[in-house]
Amino acid sequence: MTIRRILVASVFLCAAVACAAFAASPARAGDTIRVGAIFSATGPASFLGEPEKNTVQMAVERINEQGGVLGKKLEVVIYDDETDVNKCVLALDKLARMEHVVAVLGPTVSGNTLAVAPKISRYHIPMISCASSEKIVTPVNPWVFKVAPSDRYAALRILEHIKAAGGGKVAILTVSNGYGQSGRAVLKEQVPTVGLELVADEIYGPTDTDMTAQLTKIKGASPDAIVCWGTNPGPAVVARNRVQLGIATPLYMSHGVASKKFIELAGTAAEGILLPAGRLIVADQVAADHPQKPVVTTYRDLYEKRFGSAVSTFGGHGWDAVYLLAKAIEQAGSDDPKAIRDALEKVTGLVGTAGTFNMSAKDHNGLDQSAFVMIRIENGDWKIIGD
Amino acid sequence: MDFASILQYLISGLTVGATYGLTALGFTIIYNTTGIINFAQGEFVMLGGMFSVFFLNVTGLPLPLAVAAAVAATVAVGAFIERCTIRPVKHPTLIQLIIVTIGVSIVIRGLAMLVWGKDTFALPAFTGETPLRFLGATILPQNLWILGITLVLLAALKRFFAGTMFGRAMLACSHNKKAAYLSGIDVQRMVLFSFMLSAFIGSVGGAILAPITMASYDRGILLGLKGFAACILGGLGNPFGAAAGGLILGVLESFGAGFVSSAYKDAFAFLILLGLLFVRPSGLFGKSAATRA
Amino acid sequence: MRALFSSSLAQTGLFLALLLAAPWLLTNDYYLTVLILCCLNAIIVVGLNLLMGYAGQISLGHAAFYGLSAYTTAVATATYQLPMELGLVLAVAVTALIAVGIGIPALKLSGHYLGMATMGFGLIVFIFLNETIELTGGPSGFVGIPRLELFGYAFETDRSYYVLTACCLAGVALLSLNIIHSRAGRALRAIHTSEKAAMTAAIDIARYKLLVFVLSAVYAALAGFLYAHYLSFVAPSSFGFLFSVELITMVVLGGMADLWGGIAGAFFLTMLPEFLRAFEDIEVLLFGSILVLSMLLLPDGFAGGLRRLARFAAARLGRSGGGADGGTGGDVDGPDAAKAAAPGAGGRP
Repeated sequence: MTIRRILVASVFLCAAVACAAFAASPARAGDTIRVGAIFSATGPASFLGEPEKNTVQMAVERINEQGGVLGKKLEVVIYDDETDVNKCVLALDKLARMEHVVAVLGPTVSGNTLAVAPKISRYHIPMISCASSEKIVTPVNPWVFKVAPSDRYAALRILEHIKAAGGGKVAILTVSNGYGQSGRAVLKEQVPTVGLELVADEIYGPTDTDMTAQLTKIKGASPDAIVCWGTNPGPAVVARNRVQLGIATPLYMSHGVASKKFIELAGTAAEGILLPAGRLIVADQVAADHPQKPVVTTYRDLYEKRFGSAVSTFGGHGWDAVYLLAKAIEQAGSDDPKAIRDALEKVTGLVGTAGTFNMSAKDHNGLDQSAFVMIRIENGDWKIIGD
Repeated sequence: MDFASILQYLISGLTVGATYGLTALGFTIIYNTTGIINFAQGEFVMLGGMFSVFFLNVTGLPLPLAVAAAVAATVAVGAFIERCTIRPVKHPTLIQLIIVTIGVSIVIRGLAMLVWGKDTFALPAFTGETPLRFLGATILPQNLWILGITLVLLAALKRFFAGTMFGRAMLACSHNKKAAYLSGIDVQRMVLFSFMLSAFIGSVGGAILAPITMASYDRGILLGLKGFAACILGGLGNPFGAAAGGLILGVLESFGAGFVSSAYKDAFAFLILLGLLFVRPSGLFGKSAATRA
Repeated sequence: MRALFSSSLAQTGLFLALLLAAPWLLTNDYYLTVLILCCLNAIIVVGLNLLMGYAGQISLGHAAFYGLSAYTTAVATATYQLPMELGLVLAVAVTALIAVGIGIPALKLSGHYLGMATMGFGLIVFIFLNETIELTGGPSGFVGIPRLELFGYAFETDRSYYVLTACCLAGVALLSLNIIHSRAGRALRAIHTSEKAAMTAAIDIARYKLLVFVLSAVYAALAGFLYAHYLSFVAPSSFGFLFSVELITMVVLGGMADLWGGIAGAFFLTMLPEFLRAFEDIEVLLFGSILVLSMLLLPDGFAGGLRRLARFAAARLGRSGGGADGGTGGDVDGPDAAKAAAPGAGGRP
C-alpha cells in the first residue's frame, strides 16, 4: 500500500517538475530568425501534415546549408495540432507569445487556418497556410497568405474537361469534411456556369467504408460524368465500388488523391480515373523547358532520398511556404513581421512546386488555373493528358 | 426506384452491417462474462486487419497463414490487456473499467500508428474481385465470405454458450460472479478467456473485412461506436441480437442514404435507434426490464 | 444549514482567489489561453459530476449541449447581429429546451442504454452541425463570431476573459455546492444508491433526474457561450463523441461525486497535452497510459487519492496535513464527500 502511495506522490511530483521545466521559456536569439509552423502531423489529416512537416524541416536545413537568409540561420519551431482546432489555436498562441516567431507556416487544414486567422491578425505576424479553401484569402486578411492552389481552379479544370468531352449531366459525390464541403460549394456554383447540369449531389462520411448506396443512387440519375471530391481512403472505396457496380461513366477525382497511395489502395479500379493535379507528382513528364521542371525534380529527388517515400502535392506546399517566406525576408531585408508581410504581397515570379506565385495586395495566393494539369491513371501510373 | 437498386441498397447495407455486427459480437462476449463494455473492441478489429497486412506484406506469409497469424497475435493482445489492465483494478466499478478500456484503446491506436504509420493499407480479396451479378444487383465474392463467416461464427458461438460446459460457465459468471465462484468456476480464467474470445472474433472480422474496408490504425474508433450501437439495438448480452442489430443498423444507413439523404444517413439510423430505445428500452431482442447493469 | 452555506462560500472564495492569483504566477501570457480552456471544461465537468457522481446517470453526449449553445450564440450574434446578452439567453434557453426534450424519454433508461441514448443524441447533433451548412458553416466551421461584450464592457484582453471565466466557474461551483447540500442533493444521492429505496421515500425520481440533467446541460451551455465568443470560431469537430468521452474521463479521474475533485480532473486533463507536447508522436501513448494507470492506482480519482493520502499522513504524523492539497482543495469536504462517494465505489461491477 505504501508503494502505491509513493507512486501517486511521485506522479504529482513529476507533474510539478514538468510544470517548472515547461515554464522556462526560451530567450530570443539574435543570430537566427525564428519561424513557427503548425501542421497536422497526427490525426485525420496526418497524411497531409506529416509530409509538410518533414518537408519544412528539410527545406529549412537546405537553406541554412546554403548560407541562410540575410546571413542569419532560419530556426523553425514546429507544433502538431493533431488536426484539432483547439490545439491549433493553443499552438498559435504559444508560437506568438512564447516562441516569439516572426512568421507562421501552416496550418495544414482549412478549418484550422480559418480558426486562427482572426488571432494572427491580432498578433501582427504573417501566416502562410498550406490549406486550400478559398475562404482563407477571400476576403483578403492582410496577415494571411496561402500556397495551396484554390479548389476553384481544380474544379474548373475538371468541369472544362467534362464539357470538352461532350458531357452534359454531372453527378458529384463529396466527403463531409472541410475539404469536401469546399469542393462541393465550388462544384455546385461552377457546374451551371460552365454549361453543365447537376443531376446528383451525394455525400459520404470521412470514415465510411462502403459507398455503393450513393453510387447506386447516382447510377439511377444516369450522369455523363461523376466527380468525387475527397481525400484517401474514401475515394479509393468509391473507385472500387464503381467497378463493383459496373458503372462505366467516367470518374473524376479531386487533387486530394494525388499521391501514389491512392493507386495502391484502389488497385485496378483506379485505371482510367481522371484528376487535376500539380506538376510535382508527374515531375518526369513535365516538359524540360517548363519553368517548374527544375523545382519539382529537385524537391522530389531530395524528399524521396531522405524520407524513402513518394512525394505528394501536400509536402510540396511545405516547400513552397518555406521558400516564399525566405524570398519575402530577403526582399524585405529585415526579419520584422510587418516588413515580411509587406514583402510577401510583393513576391512575384517565384517558381514553386505548385506553380508560379504572383502575389499582390488583392491576391494572397498568387496561383491560377495553370497550377493544375489533367492526369489520367494508366497502368498504375499518372499520365499527363492536357497541359 | 427500381427493384435492382433496392436490392443493391440491401446488399450494401448488409455488407456494412456485417462489420458492425462482428464488432458487436465481440462486445457481447465480454459483456456476458464481465458486465464490461469494452471500448477497445474496435481496436481488435483494427488489429486483425493491420496484422494481416503486416504478415502478408512484411513477413511474406501466404494470405491464409497471414490471417491466421494475425488472429493469433490479436488474441495474444486480448489476453495481455486483460492481465495487465483489467485484472489489476481493485474493487472495479463499471465506469472505471470503461475508462480503462478507453485508455487501452488510445494506447493500442497510438502503438499501431507508431509501428505501422498513418497510411491506409489494402488487403487482397480472398477469392478474386470479379463482381457477381444477381437480379440486376452486384455483389463481391468477399461480401459472401463476410456473410458466410459471420454466420459460421454465430452458429459456433451458440453451440459454445448453450452446449459446452465451458461456455455455460462463462455465462454463469455474468449472471452472478459469486455464485459462479462458489460452484467451482474459475471466474478470473473465464474473464481472461472472454477477452481472448472476443479478440478472436474481432480480429477474424478485421481480417475478412480488410479487403473491402481497407485497414488503417484509426479504423477502430468508428467501428467501436457503431458496434456498441448495434449491441444496444439488438439487446445487450444477446449474441444474435448483436449480429442482427449490426445488420439492421447497416441496412438502415444504406436505405437512409438511398431514400432520404446520404448526408444524414447516420443521423437517420441513430434517430430510429433512439426512437426504438424509447419505445422498447431493452433493445429489439433483449430481455425486458433493462435495469442498471 | 447556515454553517454549511458559509463553508461552501469559504471554499469557493478560496478557490476563486487561487484562480485569480494564478496569472500572476505565470511566466508567460500563453498559459492564460490554457487556463481559460481549463475553466470552460471545468464548468461542464461540474454539471456532469452532478449528473454522474451524485445522481448516478451517465451521459455520453454532453459535448452536444456545449456545441449547441456555442452555435446558437454564434448564429444569433453573428448571423442575426443580435446583442450578446440575448445570445446568452437564447443559447441557454435552446440548450435547456433540447435537454428537456431528450431528457424526458432518455432518463427512463439506465446504465448502458442511457449511455447509448445520449451517445446517439450527441452523434445526431454532430451530424446536424456538419450538414446544415447554410446555418452553421458546415465542417469547416463558423467564422466571425464577435468577441464578448456584455453590458457595455468589452472583454478584449485574455486577462479580462480569464477573470470572467474564473468567476463563472466559481459561481457554478457555489451553486452546485448548495444544491449538493440541499434537500435536492440528498434526493440525488438517494437515487444513485437505490432508485427503489428513493421511490419508497416519496422522492419524485423522474423529476429530480430531469432537473439535474437539464442543469448540467445549462452549465455546458454557459461554457459553450463563453467558448464561442472567446475563440470567435467554432467547428463541429470540437463537439464530437471523443470530447464527450474526455469530459467523462475528467469527472472520473478527478473523483466522482466530489466537486473539487472533478474540477481538478478537468484542469489536469486539459493541461496534460501541454506537458506531453514535447514527446510528439508518443504523446497519445502517454495520454492513454496515464488514463489506465490512474484508474489502476487511483480508483476513486484524485479526490479519493488525496483523501487516502491525507488519512495516511494523519495516521503517521498525528493530526496535520490536509491543507496541503494545492489548488484543488480536494479534501476540504472530506467526510461528507467520502460518504457520498461510497455507494458509487461499492456499486455492482
